[in-house]
Amino acid sequence: MSAKSTWIRPYGDTENDGKVQLSFSLPVPASPLGEEAAKKIALQMGLHDPSVVHYEALSDQFSFYIVYGRAEHMVDLNAINVVEVDHKVMSKEEVEDYIETNFEEPLVFVGASTGTDAHTVGIDAIMNMKGYNGNYGLERYKGIKAYNLGGQVDNEVLLEKAIELKADVILISQTVTQKDVHIENLTAFIELLEAENKRKDFIVIIGGPRIHHGLAKELGYDAGFGPKKYAYDVASFAVQLLKEKQIKVRR
Amino acid sequence: MENKLNLNKEVIKECRILAKGIADDVQSFIDQHTTVAVERTILRLLGIDGVDEFGRPLVNAVIDHLVEKADLSKGVAHYMICAMQDHDETPQEISKRVSLGSCDLSIYRDLPIKKDMTELMPFFEKTLATIDRMKEVRKEWIERTELKSTPAKYVIVATGNIYEDIKQAISAAKKGADIIAVIRSTGQSLLDYVPFGATTEGFGGTYATQENFRLMREALDQVSVEENRYIKLVNYASGLCMPEIAAMGAIERLDMMLNDSLYGIIFRDINMKRTLIDQYFSRVISSYADIIINTGEDNYLTTSDAFEHAHTVLASQFINEQFAKKAGMKESLMGLGHAFEISPEVENSFLYELAQAEMAREIFPHAPLKYMPPTKHMTGDIFKGCVQDALFNVAAVTSHQSIHLLGMMTEALHTPFISDRAIALNIAAYIEKAFKNFGDEITFNPNGLIVKRAHDVLNHAHQLLKEIKQEGIFKALEKGRFAEISRHEDGGKGLQGVFVKHPDYQNPVLSLLQSRLKEEHHVS
Repeated sequence: MSAKSTWIRPYGDTENDGKVQLSFSLPVPASPLGEEAAKKIALQMGLHDPSVVHYEALSDQFSFYIVYGRAEHMVDLNAINVVEVDHKVMSKEEVEDYIETNFEEPLVFVGASTGTDAHTVGIDAIMNMKGYNGNYGLERYKGIKAYNLGGQVDNEVLLEKAIELKADVILISQTVTQKDVHIENLTAFIELLEAENKRKDFIVIIGGPRIHHGLAKELGYDAGFGPKKYAYDVASFAVQLLKEKQIKVRR
Repeated sequence: MENKLNLNKEVIKECRILAKGIADDVQSFIDQHTTVAVERTILRLLGIDGVDEFGRPLVNAVIDHLVEKADLSKGVAHYMICAMQDHDETPQEISKRVSLGSCDLSIYRDLPIKKDMTELMPFFEKTLATIDRMKEVRKEWIERTELKSTPAKYVIVATGNIYEDIKQAISAAKKGADIIAVIRSTGQSLLDYVPFGATTEGFGGTYATQENFRLMREALDQVSVEENRYIKLVNYASGLCMPEIAAMGAIERLDMMLNDSLYGIIFRDINMKRTLIDQYFSRVISSYADIIINTGEDNYLTTSDAFEHAHTVLASQFINEQFAKKAGMKESLMGLGHAFEISPEVENSFLYELAQAEMAREIFPHAPLKYMPPTKHMTGDIFKGCVQDALFNVAAVTSHQSIHLLGMMTEALHTPFISDRAIALNIAAYIEKAFKNFGDEITFNPNGLIVKRAHDVLNHAHQLLKEIKQEGIFKALEKGRFAEISRHEDGGKGLQGVFVKHPDYQNPVLSLLQSRLKEEHHVS
């Protein structure tokens, strides 16, 4: 790839060929008509030479298509602004040292999967002793007191507990995203914090398979962590922000 | 079933004795108590249906009324028979008037026990006759359906809208699914009432209502005709309305029900006393209605490590087997759960999975084991996901599992698209065909990893059962023995709905079901 161009398009086997694959279903019987409709959809999506490489019936009313084509569109990498968590990522040991050096008392993390969401895999992966994929959870961190409230915790209960336990950091996990139920719920929590005049008392972090930092900022949270993020990612961010905010900092 | 793993039969026998002891201890507690859900179920079995002007089910209106104004510990049957004798009305009419506030049942609170419940019995008999007819229809269908030696393919639909669910279910059946489960809306397990009517708004699933059951069963009956094989329907008799939903499922001819108190206690924080009492009645109903239950041990491995905690699954299966036996359940209805959840990073993970699956098959040879796909280690890489699911399918077919819940490549991303399900069914059908008799052809190295692993898991489960027997199930749950989650016997949701039975307490329909189940067992 030439170093000067920051304009790119998808790559199949030759630079700039724009090759992409996609698959989708249509609410029509599997038929030449359906195949043509699939091609038209791909064309309208900006794909040149769409080719339906496979199609089959899903029922009398639905059919499935696998389509290849060449993307017409290009993007300029220079024009893209990525919202990323911009704090240094530290290992568990580094986080522990950081706490030891910078804070005068243990940091309190309170977490839950909130609203109607019963999935606790995410919050467990971050908070529980065992952690996930060989990365220990916050419960095992020296200098951190971690309270995992589990699943289906109401926003009101979470806030109550956070106040009661004198939390410094609140972690919220959201897994179910059907019909944007997570957005509604996350917005409600921020509104609750603001209504109670408590937003400044906590660092509030969200996580989940469909969560990203940009979304978190948009909703008024301090940070958001998506897939493949572990306890050390969350802890690194939180301890640095707590220091910036001079909370519990050693004098 | 042959014994390829050379498991120690004495240890298995001891595990069963220990598990029976554990279940015995709980049963004596269960027998002394009733719950609001059990009493509502009695009303449903009397034929009471419908909601009041606020959308509250009539069965809730009556039980709430008794809890507030009278003494539920005597059982709703006492009040109902008194009111019937007073007013010459049906249970439905009385319930309606209670909901309107024009009938006060508390006036019967201090009346002596009505030993003769004859007037209630025709209403129960009528509901049981409906259930009997449903059993007959199912039996005929199953006899007509070609018997397979490979696992039954089970998929889920979860759109939140029963009418969309139906489209997806029809597609799945056409692509070869044998069993369709309608996932419930997230949070329904914590509702202390069953929503009413057809519903189109749910999150991560669709509300379990009697009308939704009926609509889906009707649609699947139609596909069964077209496909000339019986498509089974599954829902959830779990959460705070466990026995009510079991009754509704029996009436609407559901074929399987997820039904596991231990799951509710651990993962939904439902109070253990409440749900164990509820579970007993729900299992009696399912036993009577020939509904296969599915237990939820697979879930332990979503929070605990699947390699280190495999024995907790087996120990729990032994306990669930005994709970089911207490409810008069035949082994052929005990869909004990387990799962393929070892991390793909573990060397020889497939061997350990196969060991576990084969072990479950040999220990519970007559149970329709429910085998659950990888979920915890699905990543969003759908291409790798297809292979993870394929390995799971190989293990399922090789070890002769019964109920094979197909993995979705988009697990961890979203509720399945109609095409995700079709792809899963295509792949599973290919593996089913390609590996059909593979399991019959292979034996295991007696000194190898697979045999050793199975023995280790069994021995660990045996040890764990000994400890649970010693401390009792309540204490075991408090210690976080399962899934490493701790629950207290007076914690969780629903405890306020538990009542110690009054000496005059009666549940005439439970007695009727029990006596019929006994008869059936003597005949068979």
